[in-house]
Amino acid sequence: MTLVTEPNLQDHDGFYADLLSVHKGLSEAESHALNARLILILANHIGDLAVLKKALELARKS
Amino acid sequence: MAYDYQPFEFTPPPGLTANEPRHKVVIVGAGPIGLAAALELARHDVPSVVVDDNNVVSIGSRAICWSKRSLEIFDRLGIAERMLAKGVTWKVGRTYHGAEEVFNFDLLPEDGHKMPAFINLQQYYVEQYLVEAAQQSPLIDLRFKNKVTDLSQTADSAQVEIETPDGAYTLAADYLLACDGAGSPIRKMMGLEFDGELFEDRFLIADIEMEADFPSERRFWFEPEFHEGQSALLHRQPDNIYRIDLQLGWDADPDHEKKPEVVIPRIERVVGHSDFRLDWVSVYTFQCRRLERFVHDRVIFVGDSAHVVSPFGARGGNGGMQDVDNLGWKLAAVVRGGDTGLLETYDSERQIATDENIANSTRATKFMTPDDGIERLFRDQTLTLAKTAGFARGWVNSGRLSRPCAYPNVAPDDGRLPEISHPGLVAPDAPQGDGWLMDHFRDVTVMAIGCAPEGAFVPELNEHMQRRYLGEADSCIYLVRPDQVIAARWVSADSQTIAAAKDALMRGQL
Repeated sequence: MTLVTEPNLQDHDGFYADLLSVHKGLSEAESHALNARLILILANHIGDLAVLKKALELARKS
Repeated sequence: MAYDYQPFEFTPPPGLTANEPRHKVVIVGAGPIGLAAALELARHDVPSVVVDDNNVVSIGSRAICWSKRSLEIFDRLGIAERMLAKGVTWKVGRTYHGAEEVFNFDLLPEDGHKMPAFINLQQYYVEQYLVEAAQQSPLIDLRFKNKVTDLSQTADSAQVEIETPDGAYTLAADYLLACDGAGSPIRKMMGLEFDGELFEDRFLIADIEMEADFPSERRFWFEPEFHEGQSALLHRQPDNIYRIDLQLGWDADPDHEKKPEVVIPRIERVVGHSDFRLDWVSVYTFQCRRLERFVHDRVIFVGDSAHVVSPFGARGGNGGMQDVDNLGWKLAAVVRGGDTGLLETYDSERQIATDENIANSTRATKFMTPDDGIERLFRDQTLTLAKTAGFARGWVNSGRLSRPCAYPNVAPDDGRLPEISHPGLVAPDAPQGDGWLMDHFRDVTVMAIGCAPEGAFVPELNEHMQRRYLGEADSCIYLVRPDQVIAARWVSADSQTIAAAKDALMRGQL
């Protein structure tokens, strides 16, 4: 499978709002930790090393 | 050329010399919402008295972006042609980060609709056209310089005390519509909570007049070179007037920022020269608030008095027009003795729409004015990713433009028919000979294709009708409300089934 970089999430505005609200009230360090856990959870869900490597590259290069 | 404000004449109302008979409907506020409500009621043969404390149209351009749906409603009220002739038609929006375009949208990518996606037209023109239409109507009694000072209700009426330059008098009506804007005096007289959120930021809103050849598109910038670290929005209006919104930050002093010697250099940086005239300037703080309920016995809140949103998305004026759309036919039925359940559906349906408008405008405002910390981090990184990853372009949020709400009605439906015309949605327009489908939906209408139940309107079948209403089915029947919302639909149905759905609709149960 290849990394999907084109639109793939229908209600992205709703997700974005949820993403911000899950951080509500957290300190910077706590938010940082939450983001790390979130990445690990999503990586496991994706379950495809080739895709994850592409994602790492894209994030680094941006 | 600056708009020529002509004060409307004050005529001493009959109530100053003798008690007026009880009216059907009193409308407080002669802005776009109050005037549109009066015209919509008149269209349903319901007379109304409209009172306003002022005697001129809107000072400053204020609401400028009118959506396709609002234009369809204005068309029923008879002023859409004037609006289209004067307004600047647009459908493309471009969003920039710095100097680079990151995202664009086309709001009406398909043809076969009478109305364009959007026009820009200053609120003062819209009010002028509405006042002129209302003055033509024998059913509308328009009273300027009539200020409501007190309000009370009995079991079956609302009563207001009114102050005029010639003295005070009393008006009573079956129903009172509070169309008196965001600061609604009626809402305050009733002591109602107006809960919500204030965004800690300030925006400069300026209209300038200049000769320029900017395209008729909405243009939005995050962190433009001409306004460092902030955001900016540019809209073209008629008469060579341009609307510029500039984010100033929470610490900006509104009085200082409104001074011409402060505003003019800011705008010179935006447009790159000083050959313009300042027409109107205001400094705003944005809020999203709503009443818990819009119907309070005999007092009904419509438009900004019921709910306010931040302007990115043009959901204020257009949201209010959709309130009028939803309420008009229902109130007309109720004042004729119809089922008051219809007014409950105004309340419930427009609350859903309000929450949708508030959610969309809150998200856009947060994206534009992120709090320091995690909100800013995600916002800035979305903008960064937008340069390399296609998906992130769509996530960049400079406002999601007003679209009519899809009411989640439980109604007869058939999954074989197209998704874009399911119950709860505004009926999609389509060409019909030299005219348009929307022109046929003026009252409760049964439309049938491939069959002909008694009393049904059978439209011309063309490719647009096929795609928007029939799909793969051989026949279809649509029950359409007077506000052009689809109430129910079938592939086939007998006349009893259709009659039962009509009956349920008029009892507020569909």
